Amino acid sequence: MNNYSTFGTALHRLAILCYVLFALFPLFWLLKVSVTPNDLLYSEGVRMWPSRMSFEHFRFVLAHSAFPVFFRNSMIVAGATAVIVTLLASLSGYALSRFTFRGKYWLVALMLLTQMFPLVMLVAPIFKMLSPLGLTNSLTGLVVVYTAFNIPFATFLMQSFFDGIPKELEEAAKIDGATQFMAFRQIVLPLTLPGIAATLGFVFTAAWSELLFALMLISGNSAATFPVGLLTFVSKFSVDFGQMMAAGVLALIPACLFFLFIQRYLVQGLTAGAVKG
Amino acid sequence: MASIDIRNVRKNFGIVSVLHGVDLSIENGEFVVLVGPSGCGKSTLLRMIAGLEEVTEGEIRIDGMRVNERAPKDRDIAMVFQSYALYPHMNVAENMSYGLRIRKAAREKITAAVSNAARKLELQPLLARRPKALSGGQRQRVAMGRAIVRQPKAFLFDEPLSNLDARLREQMRAEIKKLHRDLGATSIYVTHDQIEAMTLADRIVAMHEGVVQQVGSPLQLYDRPANLFVAGFIGSPAMNFLSARYEVGAGTAGARLPDGTLIGLSSGYQLEEGAAVTLGIRPEHVEMSPGSESSLRATVDLIEPTGFGIILHLGLHGLPFNVFTLERAALTAGPTVTVAFPPQHLHLFDETGMRALESSLQKGKG
Repeated sequence: MNNYSTFGTALHRLAILCYVLFALFPLFWLLKVSVTPNDLLYSEGVRMWPSRMSFEHFRFVLAHSAFPVFFRNSMIVAGATAVIVTLLASLSGYALSRFTFRGKYWLVALMLLTQMFPLVMLVAPIFKMLSPLGLTNSLTGLVVVYTAFNIPFATFLMQSFFDGIPKELEEAAKIDGATQFMAFRQIVLPLTLPGIAATLGFVFTAAWSELLFALMLISGNSAATFPVGLLTFVSKFSVDFGQMMAAGVLALIPACLFFLFIQRYLVQGLTAGAVKG
Repeated sequence: MASIDIRNVRKNFGIVSVLHGVDLSIENGEFVVLVGPSGCGKSTLLRMIAGLEEVTEGEIRIDGMRVNERAPKDRDIAMVFQSYALYPHMNVAENMSYGLRIRKAAREKITAAVSNAARKLELQPLLARRPKALSGGQRQRVAMGRAIVRQPKAFLFDEPLSNLDARLREQMRAEIKKLHRDLGATSIYVTHDQIEAMTLADRIVAMHEGVVQQVGSPLQLYDRPANLFVAGFIGSPAMNFLSARYEVGAGTAGARLPDGTLIGLSSGYQLEEGAAVTLGIRPEHVEMSPGSESSLRATVDLIEPTGFGIILHLGLHGLPFNVFTLERAALTAGPTVTVAFPPQHLHLFDETGMRALESSLQKGKG
């Protein structure tokens, strides 16, 4: 029995290891290609690491391409979207979790319905709507669209976090002398930080890597986000893989930093001990 | 401290009515226990007093002031929840002082109140700990501490001991009683545990299906239950019930069981001759001595020793019937035993389930 369980654990760990390798391999390849000099890219065959490393692609991308602009645009769009969506989703998620009101069922059904359409179907109508408002080819337009698309899911996400916080905590606060809003701000909000961090992270990544709408609504480099910008490395006759991968590696950095920053809030268990546990 | 008046209070959740007109007056400093099975509306009533549920109809007054429209924070009451509801991101001292801090009390006053409450509840060494580092009993104490630091007009307890194990529950029960003796605060305590109700209450309010069944001292409810529900709910093991017909003769009254046995009653009742009645007797009042005129033979189904006494599960004319005795001899009872019902311990209920009204026996009639 003991042998069996050791064997089982080993198998389990091995499976996880395989999965992690599988998931991380594309990232590794991205990094490998980004540091491979152009002359070795096709001449060395398939190797796990180039015989000579170089940062020339990074230098070029940072100094001679429009990448810094793409990067700044993406930061603005993803950051603004994440903050706005999280703020609105917190309020609406709290309302859905705590209050009963007329039409709640239909509101939730409607929000769920918006999640059922393939986005491609909506590209043309959205372009039609944004164009007369002057919101095409603008970062504001992208923020509006991303916010609209992310709010339903973020609301459900926040609602589930609020559902996990016992109602009695707020009731106790109210009896202690707090108003509804004070109970929300002083008791519920601090306990929802993991949820807020998760929602921020989720929306930020979604907006950071969105390509379809960015491609359709933005023309020209000045308002292009980084996923659109990556396509500029594809020219008519060739693809500059080295520079493209270097730009990709650089684009990974903010997402990684962002998760590093919020990961301590993502750790659950903050509510332990509130009620009988 | 305050008195609390509840006048014809009703509560509907949508089309479901959970309280059908409750009237109750709680005096200054009184300890009142609301008791009843789950779903009887006792917690809803408590939450309405706290201001956590709206009053559909009727009026609640605290110290003579109507509070129906007041927010919980303006009612100056404290509540201890079944789940304790401690703020997990605050330590014990912060949990206890939250109410005072929110009311912008002076710093010295807060410190004094917290340390005073902590001393009373023996929480001093735990003041810097977070709730998750406390045991169940300690959390319970903190919840009580949070209630007493503010010196509110009244304390509300919503099944505060249900989450504790049996031994701790007994201990905390005694502490609550002591605390009430020391503070003398008006308290309303909700429980489904009749031992808690009996031991803590100045007065018990027995509730069933949104209606108050009886209000009285613990012994009143035990000795003279107003109806079948209270008779069956108060007391453990529960009271035995037998259907019978009321008979009255010359200077005697009795209840005739379906098998023809006549059980003698100690007094007459305001009932028609031959009226269908329910006879009630508590398991601890049944005698097991043979020979009496109205004794019955019962089969023994099961013997449960509790250490302190013995519960005999009997079958009386095929119906379950319990006897509680302190006699160890009952452990070796044979397949049948003889039971007798002392008239002074019998309860008689009429057809509607209400306690039958007694009347003096008319001598020489018939």
